[in-house]
Amino acid sequence: MPNHDQTWSPLLGRLSLDALPLHEPILVATFAAVALGGIALLAALTYFRLWGYLWKEWFTSVDHKKIGIMYMVLGLVMFLRGFADALMMRVQQAVAFNGNEGFFPAHHYDQVFTAHGVIMIFFVAMPFVTGLMNFVVPLQIGARDVSFPFLNNFSFWMTASGAALVMASLFVGEFAQTGWLSYPPLSGLAYSPGVGVDYYIWALQIAGVGTTLSGINLIATIVKMRAPGMTMMRMPVFTWTALCTNVLIVASFPVLTAVLALLSLDRYVGTNFFTNDFGGSPMMYVNLIWIWGHPEVYILILPIFGVFSEVTSTFCSKRLFGYTSMVYASVVITVLSYIVWLHHFFTMGSGASVNSFFGITTMVISIPTGAKMFNWLFTMYRGRIRFELPMMWTVAFMLTFVIGGMTGVMLAVPPADFVLHNSLFLIAHFHNVIIGGVVFGTFAAINYWWPKAFGFKLDPFWGKVSFWCWVPGFWLAFTPLYIMGLMGVTRRMRVFDDASLQPYFIVAALGAGLIACGIGAMLVQYGVSIMRREQLRDETGDPWGGRTLEWSTSSPPPAYNFAFTPVIHDIDAWEDMKRNGVTRPLEGFRPIHMPRNTGAGIILAGISTVFGFAMIWHIWWMAIAGFATLLLTAIAHTFNTNRSYHISADMVAKTEAERTRQLATVEGA
Amino acid sequence: MSSSHTDAHDDAPHFSLKDYGTGFALSVVLTAIPFWLVMSGALGDKTLTALVIAGFAVVQVVVHMIYFLHMNTKSQGGWNFLALVFTLILVGIVLSGSLWVMYHLNHNMMPMPHNMNELP
Amino acid sequence: MSKHQFAAPQAGGLTAQYFDLDEHDHPEGGSTLLGFWIYLMSDCLIFAMLFAAYGVLGGNYAAGPGPKDLFELPLVAINTAMLLFSSITYGFAMIAMQRGRVAGVQGWLLVTALFGAAFLSIELYEFSHLIADGATPQRSAFLSAFFTLVGTHGLHVTFGLIWLGTLLVQLGQSGLTEANKRRLLCLSMFWHFLDVVWVGVFTFVYLMGTLR
Repeated sequence: MPNHDQTWSPLLGRLSLDALPLHEPILVATFAAVALGGIALLAALTYFRLWGYLWKEWFTSVDHKKIGIMYMVLGLVMFLRGFADALMMRVQQAVAFNGNEGFFPAHHYDQVFTAHGVIMIFFVAMPFVTGLMNFVVPLQIGARDVSFPFLNNFSFWMTASGAALVMASLFVGEFAQTGWLSYPPLSGLAYSPGVGVDYYIWALQIAGVGTTLSGINLIATIVKMRAPGMTMMRMPVFTWTALCTNVLIVASFPVLTAVLALLSLDRYVGTNFFTNDFGGSPMMYVNLIWIWGHPEVYILILPIFGVFSEVTSTFCSKRLFGYTSMVYASVVITVLSYIVWLHHFFTMGSGASVNSFFGITTMVISIPTGAKMFNWLFTMYRGRIRFELPMMWTVAFMLTFVIGGMTGVMLAVPPADFVLHNSLFLIAHFHNVIIGGVVFGTFAAINYWWPKAFGFKLDPFWGKVSFWCWVPGFWLAFTPLYIMGLMGVTRRMRVFDDASLQPYFIVAALGAGLIACGIGAMLVQYGVSIMRREQLRDETGDPWGGRTLEWSTSSPPPAYNFAFTPVIHDIDAWEDMKRNGVTRPLEGFRPIHMPRNTGAGIILAGISTVFGFAMIWHIWWMAIAGFATLLLTAIAHTFNTNRSYHISADMVAKTEAERTRQLATVEGA
Repeated sequence: MSSSHTDAHDDAPHFSLKDYGTGFALSVVLTAIPFWLVMSGALGDKTLTALVIAGFAVVQVVVHMIYFLHMNTKSQGGWNFLALVFTLILVGIVLSGSLWVMYHLNHNMMPMPHNMNELP
Repeated sequence: MSKHQFAAPQAGGLTAQYFDLDEHDHPEGGSTLLGFWIYLMSDCLIFAMLFAAYGVLGGNYAAGPGPKDLFELPLVAINTAMLLFSSITYGFAMIAMQRGRVAGVQGWLLVTALFGAAFLSIELYEFSHLIADGATPQRSAFLSAFFTLVGTHGLHVTFGLIWLGTLLVQLGQSGLTEANKRRLLCLSMFWHFLDVVWVGVFTFVYLMGTLR
């Protein structure tokens, strides 16, 4: 195996030519494809002279809408990588029977399932959720940007920096072979001496900084920047769930940071927190990391509950049923998510009293979630439901997620968990809630807010093709896993002895193939929609008959979002304006104060990437230099006082006149 | 109008010599007594001493919060206080939960013959 | 609602009711104090994890030295005094800021920095002593947890000192601007927060350790 010989040179640390995985044909082929694609992309960007545009309009932008879109792009790119891993695992498991070893050596297969989990949670689901909140929340509360626009840009690039390190591990060295939470002692120095776990640690630490800062930023935004009249109980439900999610982020990511710091001390300094010797306790790691881990799943699902609330009330043309109960359910989930963490390790051996407590709290937390489900159903009841794509995804979510929730309650029963722990049943359960919840919800959100972001709708035909591949594909892929899990088949297996299991794995692989078709159709949907954007154009800014403030501006919204800050009188503020026939002001514009773009965020994140890489490979001089540069650059940035500018009143008037013209064409047509 | 658009200046706390002086004097006392209790062993019983100094620590944290950090239920529209209470609850959950879970784990995993009736 | 009555009546009453027509620039940094407080709360949870690690692993000496063999309470008492003095001197700096005296702010900040540096020196002296005696962070889980908890607090103080130095330069450059006042307020919270954490450290690590 490469890199395990601990040769170290002062100049390059552990890095040498051996780190390139030239002996793994799959990786060489992937590398060739990525390199060719990358060179083609770079060449195209240079040929079309897009570098300046990208740098000025996107990379250095502090506009929350653009940052939100960049998060979504990052999530989508990483989603393709994570799904490629999933597809390969499904194929491996479908063929590795009767002495056939499949195409993955164990060393590589273990990296693939670790990378799949890490990427899907940290670099797909998190960017999707953060991106949605970034784009939507300021628009929904009638604000012009977030509280700390520079920090927002910096947070994004830190997340991207973490993703870059994970991607780098594919071609330089290796990734962790420990499973997505890297339990010691396996992830300790004794059993994982290579760079894999170090890639894991530094990718998550750097991305974690970005996530925490973005959480602080959005809390401050929601608390401080709401339009006048928008009391807490008049906030849109998505904003409420975003607030709860960001509270969870700020209160749980420090836990992850601390735990990973302790693990890195064990690996770098030789301390004994999680070792088997000198009084260390590996189980303490499991205990601590799940204190982060359980709130994390609610970080992912809460904003998605918000999406479904917005979509349901919009496409049923009704006020959301039980707004107040929806808010309280979210808050209760936020608090309860901190007292259920032990259900992830019932089998560790804390005994009946501890297990009963956490089993009961786990069952309790399903109650507010159930309440939400009924609220959506009652919103649909007697509503005029329009089955557009966002609503279709919502219905698919409700049917799928309820099953996932119920298998979750099964797992919450400690004696049942002793049978099902680490089995494919568990795998099926959490994919059922994460795909059925977070992924379907993200697709609903993309279809719902795309016209707001770009000014044209997504093509419904290819969207429906994608939908009808995804939903049956999901059930085809995961029902066999439920069945096999009940029979006792465990997770993370590379080869199987029992040939009677093969048909199940073949069905699961077919399901994954169907999902692949769904992803393909989704990409086609984006491409077709961009090409047919003139036919799909939305001039109104309110293509669905929306109810919240983001639909009151043009699509895409101007840089300043609102020429005049709206004043709120009711829960569904925009619906209230439409009902009362309020017209927007057409004169008396004022100059608008806006934050200025800055390159500091991408530069700091770039230095962090170098620092992380140096730490991973033990290139100490580079790590010290990187850290010093990071500190000095950050300090230098605080001396920059030129941080804002005014959009002139003339410019605002011109933009708004264009909007008036747009609206007139719609009415004339 | 709602208070959503509160400005920065009216949220800055007021600093007075009296506050800092009171806080400092209380802190000195609240620090000195626990040190003295432990170093002299005046209370005799160790568990009692531990409980008493823990009590002093809690009081001193409150003193610092009020006189040095100018914490009250109104700053930043009450959000500061709410955040503090939420954090303290979480700190309590994390500390007591970890100790509870790990204590029972160590108890059950100890390599000695068990009497099943005595398992916690 | 009073300020909306000044709005131009150009588009009918409802427009004036539904839009803030007489809006002024919002001062920058209106969210900073709240944002920084939330950051401190998240930092508080990092310390909570380290306390939890110490609480669970702090009794595992692995046949090595325990707190009774290692801790010297008089030294800890002096250290505590340093941090407490630095807190009150920072308070004097804030009072000077309130009175608009730049020189006073700078002077008290310098004094604060000296106390902070004294605290760090004593802590480093203590650490070097322990390590020289063979009580290294690698020796036992107890010592790993001890060095990490106390060391993390020390690292925070170090960053506080770097920040304080930067702020001294910025005060020298531009005086008591709104931005600099905001930074002073944030550093004040940071500094006093570290003091609060130290109360936990000396009580639960040093004093209770000696009792054990």
